[in-house]
Parts: sequence; C-alpha cells; structure tokens
Amino acid sequence: MEERHLQHAPEHHVTPLWIYFTVFAGLIFFTLLTVGAAKIDLGDLNTPVALVIATCKAVLVVLFFMHVINSPKLTWVVIIGSLIWLGVLFSLTLADYLSRGWTIY
Amino acid sequence: MSDVVIHTEEHPHHPFLQHHFEDMQQQHEASTLGMWAFLTTEVLFFGGIFLGYTVYRLAYPDAWAAGAHFQNLTYGTLNTIVLLASSLTMALAVHAAQTGKRMKTFWLLAATLVLGSVFLGVKAVEYSLHFEEGLFPGSHFHYHGPLAPQIQLFMTFYFGMTGLHALHMVIGAGLLIWMMVRAWKGHFGEEYYSPVEIMGLYWHFVDLVWIFLFPLLYLIDRHK
Amino acid sequence: MTTAVIDSPILDLPKRRNYINAEYGFFSWLLTKDHKRIGILYMLAVTLLFLIGGFFAMMMRIELLTPEGDLLTSDTYNKFFTLHGIVMIFFFLIPAVPAVLGNFILPLMLGAKDLAFPRINLLSWYIYMIGAVLGLIIIITGGVDTGWTFYTPFSTQYSNTHVFTTTFAAFITGFSSILTGLNFIVTVHRMRAPGLTWFRLPLFVWALYATSIVMLLATPVLAVTLFLLMIERVLHVGIFDPNLGGDPLLYQHLFWFYSHPAVYIMILPAMGVASEVVAAFTRKKIFGYKFVAFSSLAIALLGFLVWAHHMFVAGISIYSAMIFSFLSYFVAVPSAIKVFNWTATLYKGSVSWQTPMLYILGFIGLFTIGGVTGLFLASLGLDVHVTDTYFVVAHFHYVMVGGVVMAYLAGIHYWWPKITGRMYPEWWARLAALLVFVGFNLTFLPQFVLGYLGMPRRYHAYAPEFQILNVMSSAGASVLAVGYALPLIYLVWSLWYGRPAGVNPWGAVGLEWTTASPPPQENFHETPVVTWDAYDYPSMLKAMGDTQNV
Repeated sequence: MEERHLQHAPEHHVTPLWIYFTVFAGLIFFTLLTVGAAKIDLGDLNTPVALVIATCKAVLVVLFFMHVINSPKLTWVVIIGSLIWLGVLFSLTLADYLSRGWTIY
Repeated sequence: MSDVVIHTEEHPHHPFLQHHFEDMQQQHEASTLGMWAFLTTEVLFFGGIFLGYTVYRLAYPDAWAAGAHFQNLTYGTLNTIVLLASSLTMALAVHAAQTGKRMKTFWLLAATLVLGSVFLGVKAVEYSLHFEEGLFPGSHFHYHGPLAPQIQLFMTFYFGMTGLHALHMVIGAGLLIWMMVRAWKGHFGEEYYSPVEIMGLYWHFVDLVWIFLFPLLYLIDRHK
Repeated sequence: MTTAVIDSPILDLPKRRNYINAEYGFFSWLLTKDHKRIGILYMLAVTLLFLIGGFFAMMMRIELLTPEGDLLTSDTYNKFFTLHGIVMIFFFLIPAVPAVLGNFILPLMLGAKDLAFPRINLLSWYIYMIGAVLGLIIIITGGVDTGWTFYTPFSTQYSNTHVFTTTFAAFITGFSSILTGLNFIVTVHRMRAPGLTWFRLPLFVWALYATSIVMLLATPVLAVTLFLLMIERVLHVGIFDPNLGGDPLLYQHLFWFYSHPAVYIMILPAMGVASEVVAAFTRKKIFGYKFVAFSSLAIALLGFLVWAHHMFVAGISIYSAMIFSFLSYFVAVPSAIKVFNWTATLYKGSVSWQTPMLYILGFIGLFTIGGVTGLFLASLGLDVHVTDTYFVVAHFHYVMVGGVVMAYLAGIHYWWPKITGRMYPEWWARLAALLVFVGFNLTFLPQFVLGYLGMPRRYHAYAPEFQILNVMSSAGASVLAVGYALPLIYLVWSLWYGRPAGVNPWGAVGLEWTTASPPPQENFHETPVVTWDAYDYPSMLKAMGDTQNV
C-alpha cells in the first residue's frame, strides 16, 4: 500500500495548455505533410513515408493527449506489450505469405 | 447519485468512492489501468483487420491503388483534421475536469461531440457516394472494369475498417453524452475526474486508428 | 453496500451472515455485483452447458459403436460434433476455471473486497448468457455443421446451417472473456492486500494473471476474424474465398492466432488449481515457486508463437512451417517445468489422498500424456501422418478433459467447503474421481491407436477393423458419464446434508482459508495484512496452532 502511494505521487499531473495546442499544430502539419508527400512520386518509398508520418502523429497523440509521458511505468509496459503482440501477429503471418513463393514445387 | 453532497466528519469518503476501494487514488489507478488494458484489446482487434488489409495489399497492389483513387481526398483530409480537432477538445476537456472547471468541461465535451458528429456526417456522405457509384461490395457492386474482384476486396476492407472505426465513434459519442450529463451535474473535480480521463483515452485511441486508416485507404499512389 | 450488516451484532447470532443469506430473492442474484455470487451464476450456467455438450458427445459415441452409420445421418453427425466442440470450448472450457473458480477465489486470495470492476463482472456474465442462449436457440432450430473452427469457404459460401448466428454467438461470448481478463488483470495489480507482494501471491493468481493476458490479447483477433467471416457470408464477397480472390489460409491464420492461445486460456488456470492443491495436500511449499510462476507467463507468451502447427498440411509455406514446428517444441519447456516442480513437491511431502488431490494426480499424469503427444504433432513429418485422425482427437482430449476438466473438478472439490460452507461426502467423491480417471482413459487411450492406424476424425461411419477399439472407447465414455453424474448428485446433496466445513477444513494456507465459510459479503471483516510467503506451511501451521477447524 505504502509502495503504491509513493510510486504514483505525481499522478495528478496537469499538462500545461500550450502543450496541447502545440501538439495539435504538429498533428495538422503532419496531416498536410502526408497529403503533400503522397502527391510526389517517391518510388517505393511513398508508403513507408506515409506510415512513418502516421507513426509520428500517433506518438504525439499517445505521449501528450493520452498523457503517457507522465504515466507510470505500467502504462508503458501495457502499450509496448500490445505492440509486441501486434508484431507477432503480423510477422509470423507474413513469414508464411512472404516465403510461400520460395517453394520449388 | 443526482447531487453531489460531500459528507462531513461522519463519512469522510468521496461520494464516488466505490465500497471495495480503499481510497480515490486506488480507484483512479484501477480505472485508468482498466482502460489501457481494454485498449490493448482494441489494438489486437483492429490489428486483425489491418493484417488482412496488408496481406491482400501485398497480393494485389494495383487493385489497392485503384481502390484508393475512388476515395475523395478532400473529404478524407477534411475529416482527418476534424477528428484531430475533436481530440484536442477532448484533451482540453480532461484538463478542464482536472482543474475543476465545470462549465468549461461541459462545453469542451460538447465541442468534441459536435466535431465527432461532423466526422460521421462526412463519412456518411462518402458512403452514399460509394453506394451510388456501385462500389459497395456484394450484390450492389457494379464496377466492371479491370481488377473488379480485387477492387471489390479493397472496398470490402474499406467498408469493414472505416465501418468498425465509425462504430467506435458512435459508441464514443454515446459516452460523451453521458459524460456531458455528469459534467453538468458537477460530478467532476480535482479529486474525481477519472471517467472523463478514460473517456479521453478511448477517444484518442479511435483517433489513432484513423491516423493510420487515412494514409492506408486514401493515399496510395496519389501521384499517378 | 451492507457494511452496516457486517458491523452489526447480528454476527454474534448463531446463524452468521454470509454472502448467501445476506440478501434474498431472484433479483438479489441476477443483479448482484458480488464476485462470489457471480461465480455461482457462472457455475450454474457452465454446468448446464457441460451437460448439453456431453449429450452430443454421448450421441457420437453411441453412433460409433458400429462401423455403419446407423443411428445418425452424416449431416446430423456433422452437426453433433460441431455443437459438441462449440459448446464445450466456447461455453464450458474457456469460462470454467477462470469465471467460476477464479471469480470466486481471486479476490479472496488477494484479501480484496471484490474484483476491481464489479459491474463489469456482472456484465460479462450477461454477455456470456446472451451468447449461450443464442447457442441454445441454434441447437433447437437446426444446428450448425462447419466444425467448431468455422473453416472458410465452406462456412461462408456453402454451408446451409446457422453459421451466421453461431459465429455471432461466439463473437459475443468472446467479449465476456475479454471483460473477465481485464477485470482480473486490474484486480491483481491494484487490489492486493497490504504486504501481499507479487512473490507472495498464490500460484493460482499467477496462473489467472497469465490467462487474463491471453484473453485480452487473443480474443479480439477471434472477434475481428468472425466479423470478417460474417461480412463474407452476408455480402457474398471473397475475403477468404479463393474463387473471389481471397485466401482461406488467412482465415486459418487469424483463427488460430486466437484458438491456439485459447488452449492456454483453458489449461493455465487448471495448472494454477494444480499448484494450490498439490501444496495443500503435501503441506509443502511448491518446489521452485518462482519457476512455476514465471512458467505461467512464459506459456502465455510462447503460446502465441506456435499457431500455424494447426495448418501444416493446409498449404502454408514449408519454411514458415519449420519455424512454427520449432517454436512449438518450446512451449513444452515451461509446461514441463510445472510438471517437474509438482512432482518434486510431492517428493517427501506428507501426501494426503483426499478427492482434490486424487483429481490433481490424475491431472498431472493425463496432462503429461496430452502434452507429450502434442510434441508428436508439432513435428512436421509425424503430423502429416496423423493430421485429421483420432490421434489428434485423443491428444487434445487428454489436455482438455484429462487436464482442464480434472483440474476443474479438483478445484470445485477443494473450494466447495469455502463456497458452500459444507463438506462433500468424501467416499462418494473418491469413487467418482476413480470412475472419471478409469472412464477417461478407456475412452481416449484407444483413440490414439485408432488415429495412428489411420481412422479419420469427423465421420459417422468407419472401416470394420476399427470396431473393437471404438467399442472400448464408447464403453469408457459411459463410465465417464457416470463419473461426471455422481458429483452433480452428491454436491447438491451436500448443500443440505453435508457436514459444516469450518474456516479451514484442509488446514491449507492462503487468505481464502482465513475467512469464514461461506465468506461474508465483504470477504474479510478487516483487510488482512500479509507477512508470510505463499504456501509457507511450517510457520503458518505454527501460527494457526489449534485454531484449525474452527
């Protein structure tokens, strides 16, 4: 019990308002950037660029709007855990699809 | 439950402290952890359909590009901005609840609800256009150009993914109305704002899904 | 809620207030938020569905007495094995240990007043019941014949049975298990009594925690898979239909991403029961506590890396098949650690042979057979030979029935005195345990041989040379049925005539054995403070002294 209270003393952290507005500006910037980037021919890189930009936006939302930057370690563990499991789902399934063409018969 | 009466000496408990918790801190931590655990479920839920999308996109890249060109980029971009704005108002609503500003919380929740409804309205316009163009999969699918079966598959994923997303928005809108009622009644304050906060987590998650849906469904091969 | 009652002098009256007599009436049960009552609600529902699933099993075994398809048509037989699988897996095995025993015992073990989210707990029961009632409607109105796996494109394009409703029922029931898992995880993190650190937790709690992780992360994938299946069936598009550009293997990947870990949703809590019972009836600390605890987490993780071993002959890339085969062997490691550690705990323990222990000894042996034959199936070459034969059927029944059902019965007997306040009749219970063990082996051991000889599963008729082994199997099934019927009778009997149990009839360690039987509504009159390790029998027995059997 004592452990719990000590551990999460900064729980009631209130984010200053300017952070929210800055993050929002960043999100709009990235949205326009991704639309712009999609209109330029980057060869094979169009999709990776779009996904990197989307990931940047997602990180902004998670860290600041969802307050993860001030959250206890457990929240980080939960988020990273879910991403690892998502990675397992994708990588092991795609391992099948991407290696199917290798077969000789 | 309608009115908040802070009990004095006799009952030092906060009126919204449930009996099986020791204190507000424990209750707050339980509910936020619960929402995060729920969101991991959501990650894997959407993950399954994203995986299907990925597998077929790898198999039929041309059909996927053609399918994306059926999407209206203006509506898509507009909706992305609207949804991001609703996330901002949601975050500000949590801030207002944390700092004990009752009416501000209420109006920011209302703004979130309005923006969410605008998003859904635009989505409905897009859906009806697809329907008129004969792009709704199944017996209403009337596209007969090249790659028709694969484009139908793309449209199935388009409707499946945006439909699930929209369903989450509708549920979110319902929760927002509930939160607005509670904010109006003055239930929230510095000590007790976890319902607004976990509502916010949910809303931002729905936003996150869209952040990925937008480039995956609207922005394939747009330079062509 | 009723703190007033708990604190009032009513306690001093001969008839003590507890969770059963605290409130009366139908709605006091249907609207309860008490985890103990919800556990009972689950117990009733799960028992009913077990009987329904068992009925289909019995009909199949009767049909298989003779090589000809004489009792059931092939269509009816298809429906019966499908319904047997769906009812037993989704409506019995998955909720059995966590939702019945876990619900009742977890907060008691943690020294908590309730689960973290009592209302969500009740909601999960209602969601389960909606799924179950839909399931019953399907059974009455004609059933479904796809096999419990709903493989596409048969399920989406060809089957003329109630596929949509059934998948919808499974979809709904999934949310009940997600909510239970969510509740358990938050409860273990946030509701532990003061001093109850992670390494003082009973191993049942570790097992439920690992189970909950699997529930949270696997079940949503099933949900979205069934969602896609329902879209395909309704709109006649080809998400999983090769004629329309889809890939049926994608369905299988997504389905088994859930359904293989689902095996661990069933077996992990059963292993937790085994740890509790082994410790209680050897009066020893579990050998290698931390290994057993972490092996639960390891199983939860590794269980997600092996799913495609269900697809070795389905046409996946042979290279990924090799990876999946290799990874499948790894799951055996943490499972073996548990078996070794239970065995090591038995060594030089003062073992007492009461019913829960009998079931668990059966569990250890049968689970080991089930696990080791799983390794046969994980090896690519042998799997080609026995895929879709009775060898596979025997293998997973050794894990599911020999493992999970045995452990569930062990847990029911072990905690029955706590749940009801009464002892069950020991002699009858031992007889039932013996019948279950003998009947089970007689039913499923011949099926290993049948499968190895090449008898395919899911047919209502078979070649005449398989008859002797099939008759043995059916005979075993009837012994098993008697073994399962007995507890139903004597446990109900014990509610009225059983000897009052007292606080701690087994002299076991654990917070649940420090409160009254049946427990009061708030579980503990005051929040316990834990200063001892799990299964610390030496010091615990000393501390309890003659307060035992109060």
